[in-house]
Amino acid sequence: MLRLWRKIRTVGRVAEPAPLPPATDQPPAAAALAGSVQIRHVDAGSCNGCEVEIGSAFGPVYDGERYGARLVASPRHADALLVTGVVTRNMAEPLRRTFEAVPAPKLVVAVGDCARNCGVFAGAYGVAGAVGDIVPVDLEIAGCPPRPEAIVDGLRKLTGR
Amino acid sequence: MNLAATGLACAVAIGVLTALAALVVPARSAVVGVGTVLSGAAAMLAGCAAMSGVSFVVALPALLPLSGMLFTLDALGGLFVAVTGAVAVAVGVYGISYTRAPDLRARGVQAVLPLFVVAMVLVPAAASAGAFLVCWELMALFSLLLVVAEHRRRPEVASAGRWYAVMTHLGFLSVLIGLMVFVARAGDDSFSALRDSARHLSPLVAGVVFVLALLGFASKAGIVPLHAWLPRAHPEAPSHVSALMSAAMVNLGVYGLVRVGFDLLGGGPVWWWLLVLVLGAVSAVYGILQAAMSTDLKRLLGQSTTENMGLVLVGVGAAGLFASSGNRTLAGLALVAALLHVVGHAAFKTLLFLAAGSVLHATGTRDLDELGGLRPVMPVTTAAFGLGALAASALPPGTAFVSEWLLLQALIHGLPASGVAAAVAMPVAVAAVALTAGLAVATFVKAFGVGFLAKPRSAAAAGAHESPVTMLAGMGIAAVACAVLALAPAVVLPGIEAAARVAGDPAVSGAVTLRLTGVTGALSPVLLGLALIVAVVALAGVVRVVATHRVRREARLWDCGGGPMSPRMEYTATSFAEPLQRVFDDVVQPELDVDVTHHEESRYLVRAVEYRRKVPDRIERRLYQPVLRFVATCGERGRVLATGSVHRYLGYGFYTVCGLLLLLAVTR
Amino acid sequence: MSALGVVGGIAQPVLIVAGSPLLVGVMRQVRARLEGRAGAGVRQPWRDLRKLLRKETITPRGTSEVFRIAPLLLVATSLVVAVVVPFVTTDSAIDPVADLFAVVALLALGAVALALAGLDTGTAFGGMGASREMTILALVEPTLLVAIFALSVRVGSTNLGAIVSSTLHDPARVLSPASLLAAVALIVVIVAETGRLPVDNPSTHLELTMVHEAMVLEYAGPDLALIELASAMRLSVFLGLLANLFLPWGIATAATPAALVVGVLALVVKVGLLGVVLAAGEVFLAKLRLFRVPELLAGSFLLALLAVAASYFLA
Repeated sequence: MLRLWRKIRTVGRVAEPAPLPPATDQPPAAAALAGSVQIRHVDAGSCNGCEVEIGSAFGPVYDGERYGARLVASPRHADALLVTGVVTRNMAEPLRRTFEAVPAPKLVVAVGDCARNCGVFAGAYGVAGAVGDIVPVDLEIAGCPPRPEAIVDGLRKLTGR
Repeated sequence: MNLAATGLACAVAIGVLTALAALVVPARSAVVGVGTVLSGAAAMLAGCAAMSGVSFVVALPALLPLSGMLFTLDALGGLFVAVTGAVAVAVGVYGISYTRAPDLRARGVQAVLPLFVVAMVLVPAAASAGAFLVCWELMALFSLLLVVAEHRRRPEVASAGRWYAVMTHLGFLSVLIGLMVFVARAGDDSFSALRDSARHLSPLVAGVVFVLALLGFASKAGIVPLHAWLPRAHPEAPSHVSALMSAAMVNLGVYGLVRVGFDLLGGGPVWWWLLVLVLGAVSAVYGILQAAMSTDLKRLLGQSTTENMGLVLVGVGAAGLFASSGNRTLAGLALVAALLHVVGHAAFKTLLFLAAGSVLHATGTRDLDELGGLRPVMPVTTAAFGLGALAASALPPGTAFVSEWLLLQALIHGLPASGVAAAVAMPVAVAAVALTAGLAVATFVKAFGVGFLAKPRSAAAAGAHESPVTMLAGMGIAAVACAVLALAPAVVLPGIEAAARVAGDPAVSGAVTLRLTGVTGALSPVLLGLALIVAVVALAGVVRVVATHRVRREARLWDCGGGPMSPRMEYTATSFAEPLQRVFDDVVQPELDVDVTHHEESRYLVRAVEYRRKVPDRIERRLYQPVLRFVATCGERGRVLATGSVHRYLGYGFYTVCGLLLLLAVTR
Repeated sequence: MSALGVVGGIAQPVLIVAGSPLLVGVMRQVRARLEGRAGAGVRQPWRDLRKLLRKETITPRGTSEVFRIAPLLLVATSLVVAVVVPFVTTDSAIDPVADLFAVVALLALGAVALALAGLDTGTAFGGMGASREMTILALVEPTLLVAIFALSVRVGSTNLGAIVSSTLHDPARVLSPASLLAAVALIVVIVAETGRLPVDNPSTHLELTMVHEAMVLEYAGPDLALIELASAMRLSVFLGLLANLFLPWGIATAATPAALVVGVLALVVKVGLLGVVLAAGEVFLAKLRLFRVPELLAGSFLLALLAVAASYFLA
């Protein structure tokens, strides 16, 4: 326990200073959320590259939570879906149902190139389409995988902080 | 003839006439129902009159040879007569349509029900040992006949009936011997003579009388370790009979204990009451633990009866402890708490058993693992059971909450008030009451949540329908009683205080707020309930104003995006109780059995997993099995004597008479 | 009903409702700082509540009114407790309800309502959460009541006002072994009852490890706002109870403005400090396996029994 305390003391704060807020092109639905966005992450068929980056976006260094975004366990608690990967056939219906389960007002964020336009998997036999083909997308975060800064930047557009 | 005497006479007369009418009239269900209601109402009136101070004595010398029968009604007896009458009213209304089922419509079964009520009403009115024992035995016989009413349909009923017959008669024997020892010393069998002679009893004889009476009465009240018949007989009896037995008959065990212990023997040494208290505490915890594991709705309720009678005995034992250390205020408080719990338990157990009967009537099953989803199809029954569950789980604003609060107050104030024995007993009693309260909450959340809410777990539950209106009305009467006792216990407190005079002084006063006299303590159940209601309404208003989306959207259950959830995915009563079962693994020692069936092609593929769990009664296995085995062995050995030869049997008789004569000749 | 009681009955619920989300904010902030993060700010729980109130409410198909009423009842129980318990003033607005047993039972009623709602949904997670919550409740209840017993035996009353006043008059009592043992037992059960580490992890996202969260997975919008508010209120109510049972100093004994301001400040400081300590402690703890939790609770039960024994034999 003392070792942990010493570690806390020596390491101190690891969160990087907050960059400037992004240019304000907040999606219209996000305005009602007023600085608090609960996020349900849906892996629609990702290679897990984006998940790693989302993980670090909410880790201590980038600390996505400081802008009012938080990952939650149920779409009922969520305001936004963070969808990664191409939508595979098996995940198309679950994705629709997850979207249906979120109470309005709700947003969908497509994270990564696969989610935006199927990326390298375009035209593959098991692919139902990009996220935008299944549910309406409000915000896209580009990259394969997107850098944590980009993800945090996207989230800040939602929270407006 | 005063009100008490007239009421009691009416109750008996109506009961007997109803029984006769049931044998001849074709519309038996209605006649028996109305007759039971009238008889119960008359008994209630008599009991209330007795509690308010009206009394009478009737001697019927011709009724029983040698001793005659003596009846009276004082406040203590009046309380139990009134409770029995009230339960009979609810049960009578309920029975009008409930007993239309083929097995229950039988002439004999119908005629016995009012007689059972009459016997139960007469037990607390008996004023001599002879009258008491006769009524006690009649009550046992009639209840036995009712328990085995459905023996044609289910073989378990016969087994339950055998258990009940043996246990209840052993209990009767114990009471009989105890009272006879007492009567032999007193010279007369009237209670007043017994009361007078109690002062001259040696401590040993008094102790023997008390312990024998305690054994007999405890077995009737379903107290551990004499409870084995209760979770068998109560579920197997028809539900309205279960209600009568569980809400009215077991109370008479408490009545007998209070009558003999406090009234006739005039209190006693500390060890008597410590014994009562420990028995009560063990029963409370063991009963509710069994109920928490149970998946049979009616069995669960039966085990909860053991729990509640245990709590009552904790109160009675505490009252005795305080009385023996001379603290009449606390003794009064503890006994009032115990008797209030008796009354409250009668109300909610009637309600719960009637609601369970309604479920059984609609679905044909009592297995909680197969129920569920009854809310949309049986709204009234669901509401009734919900209210009963709230009342039983000692949560405010519930019925048991008030009595358990009073009990805890008595225990808290009792710690500094009396000696070392109390100092050890009180914390343990509080711990037992507290553990019981916690487990009761879990048990009734399971019973209500799994049994009535969510989705039906079987076709039987899905095809349920609401019960006929008289059954609902029976539940309604019990529900109103529960609500009144929960919010305005002051209505019944004067009567209970009058009854508790046998042990101590009046302890509680006040209409809106219950204030303890002699010690500090106050609780207002009605203000508590009111505050909750106001808070809920205000909050609903605030949320309506503040929230911007006014419309509720209906959506499918969140199934993680997969297919629709099937009822097989729901938590069942077994799975609900699983964590508790693990926690109390060492105490309940469940028998687990997991069978895994593999695919033919590969051992690595599982085709089916079967999980079976049984929670046997550990006390029963440890205590009863050896005794039963011993009896069986004796029987085997005894066979040598019974060869079937009549001459030999005549010879036995001859030698016995000769032996007796020899004995007489020697001793005289 | 005295003037002091009325003032307390108004000031306390306002303070608890307004302050408890801030308490949760402070605790999250402390955790974030100790983990090297920046944190979302103390006001974030309030922002979450404001947003949830603006969202739509969802009724899952097949649920009954139990599901709809449970959040209201949950908040209502905490609200009644906030009104009656002596947090700011020694007098209570509804004195005959300010009884320790009544308060504990009221808080249990809230938990029961939520467990029934969890079962009502008919989902596996709802049932799982309800089953676990009830198991913990069944084990917490005895410890709570026995600890209360230890505290009230020497006062001769279970009335909270009486207990608090008697401690004010006799400060040495706080350091008696009975009181200290009861305090430790109470801390353990409060941690369990409010769903904090090591019994339950309030920020878990893994359904299989959830207790409280699993029951509320179906709630959305204002319903969820009520539940979040209620769990924050329960936390502050329990911490406030702990603070005032053992360290009641600062509480207002007269209805003067100065005394009331001191009372409010004292409560804020005490509860805030307890919250910070709790949050800091959580950083050092891992969640216990569910079936290790009963051992922890049994330990606290033993402490509570020892407290009772001490209160009698060492008196």
